[in-house]
Amino acid sequence: MTATVPPPGTTRSLRRRLWRLAETVTTPVLPSDYLDLIAPLRAGADLRGRILAVQPETPDAATLLIQPGRSWRGHVPGQYIRLGVDVDGVRQWRAYSVTSAPSRRADRISVTVKAIPDGVVSNHLVRRIRPGTIVQLDQACGDFVLPERAPSRVLFLTAGSGITPVAGMLRSGALAGSDVVLVHSAPTAADVVFGAELRGLAERGAIRLIERHTEVEGLLDVAELDTLVPDHLDRQTWACGPLGLLDAAEAHWAARGHAARLHTERFRPTVITAGDGGTVTFTRSSVTVAATGATPLLDAGENAGVLMPSGCRMGICFGCVLPLRQGAVRDLRNGQLTTALPGDGVRVQTCVSAAAGPCELEI
Amino acid sequence: MTVIQKKADNPIAHLTVEDIETLGKELDAIRERVIASRGERDAAYIRKVISTQRKLEISSRVVLLFSLFPPAWIVGTAGLSVAKILENMEIGHNVLHGQWDWMRDPKIHSTSWEWDHVAPADQWKQSHNELHHRYTNVVGKDNDLGYGIMRVDEDQPWHPAHLGQPLYNFLNACFFEYGIAAYDLDLGNKLKNGGHKDPEFRRRVRAVGRKIRRQFLKDYLLFPVLSGPSFLHTLAANFTANLIRNLWSHSVIMCGHFPEGVETFEKTSIEGETRGEWYVRQMLGSANISGSRLMHIMTGNLSFQIEHHLFPDLPSNRYQEIAPEVRALFDRYGLKYTTGSLPRQVFSAWKKVFRLALPNRRQPAAPATPLDGSTDHPTRELVAA
Repeated sequence: MTATVPPPGTTRSLRRRLWRLAETVTTPVLPSDYLDLIAPLRAGADLRGRILAVQPETPDAATLLIQPGRSWRGHVPGQYIRLGVDVDGVRQWRAYSVTSAPSRRADRISVTVKAIPDGVVSNHLVRRIRPGTIVQLDQACGDFVLPERAPSRVLFLTAGSGITPVAGMLRSGALAGSDVVLVHSAPTAADVVFGAELRGLAERGAIRLIERHTEVEGLLDVAELDTLVPDHLDRQTWACGPLGLLDAAEAHWAARGHAARLHTERFRPTVITAGDGGTVTFTRSSVTVAATGATPLLDAGENAGVLMPSGCRMGICFGCVLPLRQGAVRDLRNGQLTTALPGDGVRVQTCVSAAAGPCELEI
Repeated sequence: MTVIQKKADNPIAHLTVEDIETLGKELDAIRERVIASRGERDAAYIRKVISTQRKLEISSRVVLLFSLFPPAWIVGTAGLSVAKILENMEIGHNVLHGQWDWMRDPKIHSTSWEWDHVAPADQWKQSHNELHHRYTNVVGKDNDLGYGIMRVDEDQPWHPAHLGQPLYNFLNACFFEYGIAAYDLDLGNKLKNGGHKDPEFRRRVRAVGRKIRRQFLKDYLLFPVLSGPSFLHTLAANFTANLIRNLWSHSVIMCGHFPEGVETFEKTSIEGETRGEWYVRQMLGSANISGSRLMHIMTGNLSFQIEHHLFPDLPSNRYQEIAPEVRALFDRYGLKYTTGSLPRQVFSAWKKVFRLALPNRRQPAAPATPLDGSTDHPTRELVAA
């Protein structure tokens, strides 16, 4: 690594000069490459975390307790982090909601992962990862958060792992004085992530909990909220779960003229339109591949060995954005076509864009 | 066709076009199998080598701070030499080949790696990966054949200057990293043909200059200064470690393509070359070195030069695993798998350097048989020259 990265937090020129000297001594690698061998979590290092424990939550979900590096800047409940983990030797990045409450010491955070069928990363994190493993992290981000002054009446509408950002909010204590209703869907009672904890909160009267066990009762129809939570339109609502639920909720709130009170977090992109495909050139890597109109540019690049930046892989974190030097790409979520000519400076999210003709990405 | 090695028969005359394509498919299958099984074990291997190398380098350099004491000098110099060899061979060369890009670790990636060598990584990647690996042993195309300063094949025209080539080769061995930097710059040609005024060339020269300065600053100024009273001893130790590394890597690399038994090819032979023919050229144009596991690691697994040339981007730790299968293919298709111990191959390569310092004793024979054994399509001939 030749990039010269000044350690954060050093403003004094003496320290900077010493660091320069250290770089001269360790050339062609960086001093940090040596320091990483002994202190991967030190201040100034790329943000990483050490897995401290893996606690099973349900048969297919587990909570990872992580000690973040000293560069961790904390999070707001409801935000997510990007987590990079080596699965079968390959670095994979995914986004997970932080489920722990913020604490001043910030030396422990947790994320809760639900294994999805054939999910490369989720299954690894739930079933295989061992305490002591170092994982790569990014600072928390996302705007699925409570306002600074908690609303007096709140509805959480969640399903499956959609409970995870909400758990962070409930645990933070920010809603202590609020009237909170949680409508949560899961296949069975045993599949409810944090089931015991949520039921405990309900017993103590901290929240009103409505569990929907879909294997028995069927999927929740959003219109049922009229009877389940008659005042739901008066509440500030945060919804997180599968697309069907979110689409239905958005339609419901919009039809009633209260779209502004609904806040949603989408976990997967809506794949509607496949582009036409085309040859994709990764200019700096001198790699050209043919990609179908259904293959995200990110996958096309990774499969060709290009070191693609990536993040949530669902179009929300913008960790994968690259300049589209020229050509046409189609957004896999809505079919929207983006074209660029040299100098346009168009940037595209590679995880949700596919080639729609020949295109060149700068990487 | 080389004079001494001149064979009455073309080494691939017995293969039909179909044979060569089938052979290519069998090699493709080996490659696919390795790619499908790359995983945690391989990632753990390269990380282990890198961390071992870094620990060895740092501890050797610390020991050398006290190099005034002879035991410290010896231990430190030996450790640093090994660290530098590992860094260049098993790590640098292979990372820069993209062998570990599949891990998607930005710290161990061909696009971000820089090595302990005066040739900047990007220039080396271009001349080595794009030219040498593509045009392996094609006379006039692959400048690795004698690095542009030596005559290592009877087909290369003789010039009185070649009389000095044993000396050039020795000097090149001692200062091999500078030789490679000059070679990557195509320095000789550029100076001869006025190309040195080309702005792109000047940019590249400046990049090499910066790299040399950084390397010098580290090995010949900063570490000696840090050693205080051991200044001169550390300087000598670092020079020695660089010298040992240069001699070692030069020897290993000479063994890859110069020993007797390795074929070279004519420029016309690669026109319209198929995948199968390209594979055959790699098979016949490379030579292995036999030895222990430690020796293989120290050569960066270039002791499996044949396997490396067939599959330049497979992880280096896999070459010795596929070697028996590759060798079985050689046997089955009646091709010669050139291999030998390090001393034998080094001797063989040096012998050639000495022999070809003199002009050929006989005229080269008539053009050899085309690849498919027929004589009716000259554009397809992959002539084992």
